[in-house]
Amino acid sequence: MDGYNEGLALTRPIHIDYPQAVPASYYIDPKACLHLTENTCKICVPVCRSRAIDFTQTEKIEELQVGAVVVAPGFGRVPDSTLAKYGYGQHPDVVTSLEFERLLNPSGPYQGQVLTMSDRRHPKRLAFIQCVGSRDLGCDNGYCSSVCCMYAIKEAMVAKEHDPELDITIYYMDMRTQGKDFDAAQKRAESQFGIKFVRAKVADVMPWGKKGLKLTYSTLNGGHHFEPFDMVVLSVGLDSPKDAQAIAQTLDIKLNRYDFCDTSAFTPLNTSREGIFVAGAFQGPKDIPESVTQSSAAAGIASALLKQQRGAGYVVKSYPNERDIKDEEVRIGVFTCHCGINIGGVVNVPSVDQYAGGMENVVYHSESLYSCSQDAQEVIKQKIKEHKLNRVVIAACSPRTHEPLFQETLKDAGLNRSLFEMVNIRDQCSWVHAQEPEAATRKAMDLIRMGVAKARGIKPLAEQTVPVTAKAVVIGGGVAGMTAALTLAEQGFHTTIVEKEAALGGNLLVIKKTILGVDTEKTLKAMIEQVKKTKLITVLTKAELLDVSGFVGNFSSVIRLADGQENTIDHGVIILATGGKEHTPQTVLGKELPASEAIITQRELETRLNAKGKKLPDSVVMVQCAGSRGDDLSYCSKVCCNHAVKNALTLKDKNPKAQVIVLYRDLRTYGYAEEKYREARERGVIFIPYSLDAKPEISKKGKAVEVRFFDPLLGEEVTVNPDLVVLSVGIVPQGTEVLSKLLKVPVTADKFFLEAHVKLRPVEMPVDGVYVCGLAHSPKPLDETVVQAQAAAAKAAMPLVKGMVKVDPIVSHVDKEACIGCGLCVSLCPYKAIQMLTSEDKKKRAETIVASCKACGICASHCPTFAISMGGFTNEQIFSQIEAFGKSIEDKL
Amino acid sequence: MTQAVKSAKSAPATGSGAVMVLGGGVAGVQAALDLTDLGYYVYLVEKSAAIGGAMAQLDKTFPTNDCSL
Repeated sequence: MDGYNEGLALTRPIHIDYPQAVPASYYIDPKACLHLTENTCKICVPVCRSRAIDFTQTEKIEELQVGAVVVAPGFGRVPDSTLAKYGYGQHPDVVTSLEFERLLNPSGPYQGQVLTMSDRRHPKRLAFIQCVGSRDLGCDNGYCSSVCCMYAIKEAMVAKEHDPELDITIYYMDMRTQGKDFDAAQKRAESQFGIKFVRAKVADVMPWGKKGLKLTYSTLNGGHHFEPFDMVVLSVGLDSPKDAQAIAQTLDIKLNRYDFCDTSAFTPLNTSREGIFVAGAFQGPKDIPESVTQSSAAAGIASALLKQQRGAGYVVKSYPNERDIKDEEVRIGVFTCHCGINIGGVVNVPSVDQYAGGMENVVYHSESLYSCSQDAQEVIKQKIKEHKLNRVVIAACSPRTHEPLFQETLKDAGLNRSLFEMVNIRDQCSWVHAQEPEAATRKAMDLIRMGVAKARGIKPLAEQTVPVTAKAVVIGGGVAGMTAALTLAEQGFHTTIVEKEAALGGNLLVIKKTILGVDTEKTLKAMIEQVKKTKLITVLTKAELLDVSGFVGNFSSVIRLADGQENTIDHGVIILATGGKEHTPQTVLGKELPASEAIITQRELETRLNAKGKKLPDSVVMVQCAGSRGDDLSYCSKVCCNHAVKNALTLKDKNPKAQVIVLYRDLRTYGYAEEKYREARERGVIFIPYSLDAKPEISKKGKAVEVRFFDPLLGEEVTVNPDLVVLSVGIVPQGTEVLSKLLKVPVTADKFFLEAHVKLRPVEMPVDGVYVCGLAHSPKPLDETVVQAQAAAAKAAMPLVKGMVKVDPIVSHVDKEACIGCGLCVSLCPYKAIQMLTSEDKKKRAETIVASCKACGICASHCPTFAISMGGFTNEQIFSQIEAFGKSIEDKL
Repeated sequence: MTQAVKSAKSAPATGSGAVMVLGGGVAGVQAALDLTDLGYYVYLVEKSAAIGGAMAQLDKTFPTNDCSL
């Protein structure tokens, strides 16, 4: 059985899970191996030419000395008994979302074709059932898994890309697409892809006719319906890891009631045992960006704990001295790769290899099955030495993924890593010309001839490094900014907090507790004290950042202080933690809001609930998404639903007879907050969903307010006159536009800072040395803010720890003789990486700031006097490539 | 990710400056990478034959539909 394909396909007992697996070593599946199960066979032992199979190996126990542990075991599966309620296991066309993921995948069981499991036909109608194993007390998973809505939308869209005729319906309770730009994706799924979303509870899935399935569901008005489908996908939630109890026992850490790791809002990654930190889904169900953020944060706090031992036992790889090739004749080696059948299945590699061997200066040539494999690297090193090669050409895949690997091999063989040229005969040849093998073979020859021509002119380039000022500046003194500053200071780096208000604390100053009951007031106070007494932190209040110059490792910032004086600080990194504020909506539910003292915001309600001796309202109507998700703000602010449930419960605590109605679109109490949503319903808070075509109306009747809304359960319109109407108004960022201009960093359409990569670099900005956390990134609750701040601090510490930043030698270089000082390059450079300097003859000349240069080449291509060249891509090299290309055309003429 | 895996193989660390990361999914791999970037020796422990975890099984990722591998 192929576990990688969720058991939907068969594989051999000795296999590799997928071609890109790391390490790329084959392994024996002990459940399938005839020798290990039946004590027979063993045919693999003599067959393996490398004698790599050794059945005498046994389990060994090793003891390791470590200063800290990061536990990241991931998540487990929802039990089959829960899935069985929807026909899973009884009908082959009821599949889990992970199985469906594999069906969609080109490396999956049917090479990316969506086929029914029962008889391999293309399904016409497909259903997704949400909340399977989540928000389900039946399997004791009282939480929301926080990822299923997103992956269901993704899988549905990908399925539509495979087969545009496919009719897809997603059955859901609440669409919880609360993350940054997630709502937009859901809208796209609905409007562009025609995917249907039905708010319903699915009762069961039964066989229907000869092949089909019948899905029975109930809607809000209590009606029962059924629909036929060819295939049903269960959007299964994230369970705790199967061995969570054993892990907890071994590590001596506490679990919560769902067997996930037990942690708290201000220290979300600290387990109950000192020195053991948690990251990823084991901390609680979460998606990839949040897992990645937690990992960086866990690395940051582990680093703070161990700062005395930093570098202990750390292995820095050493290289042989670089060979001086100045006086050598050009000796090129060409290595052509089959890439399994990726290239070799189309291009005639042996004849390409022969062709390469006939070129001028090529003194060695060979072909290999996988030139990226470990043994191929050894061969390349050996051949470099044996044939005194001083230029290496690899004809294989993309330099984007594999150039660093081969350059490393060159360094190991004592060659400068720039003496390398990669020719892409896969992505740009065999893949795109799969139907024309002969033409593809000729094209591969053309490409190699061009690569060899360029290689003749390659010169070694020195690796450059730039020193770093090991200090940080954090803009913003709320929880995000303070957490980032503390995490940096604990690692030993001086940090300056620039706060525009008179006091530290930000938004949390008006909040007393979180929805899960964590007392924030005391902890915030302690945190502020801690920041003030930490010697490595300088706090500047009533201060403002006026200007920033420089680049990673060498920033210089001008800050206006409380007394109006301006102060310049040198620092290596900068963290943006400017926060957000409550939105003041212009339109609510598509209409202008009547002015009334009886209409307030959740934040104002919270202040009243916390004030002593105030009379509390007896009836409240809360209106969710007031001003958000389509009014003035397009996005969801992620925290308002939690805020409403928290305030509703506090009001019920203080005034049990109060009537609370919450009008909502999708109640987004994701994660453990789902428990509080349930508690609120149990305690009599009334939740009524509204749709966009029947929005509630808020109007003024004298001093009183009136709310009219459609109740889907009653099937009729209801009018109430509450003491208070409380609006959940959403969050807007603060000051991001000014900083975006100062630092040349991008913001989203909603004016939040836009990170470098949504999934994999969630706290880094596209400009090196600039990081983001907290509400300035997107609206989020306290625990996520703390984690993001710790992660930003961890990332920011990296260049500070190293003390220098490495610069890729392919940066631009200005020839001072040829430069006429026109300044065109300075105005065109998108990275502020070229400056004008006045030289000794008092003329202006351009100069590259190597640490800021991204090697895009815009300057070189626009320079009117050809004074700028790019390292590794000089004009001469490119001209010689073009000439080599033309040679083939001449031959043909 | 090879750096972390490689360094654990090449030489054993001594003292308590090392960090153990349990689990080689996207969370564990990221933690290991970041710890090496912060100057620590890392033992990355994974029970299956390859690192990558559940993310390696995904085709594309929400909401940008980027390739997952």
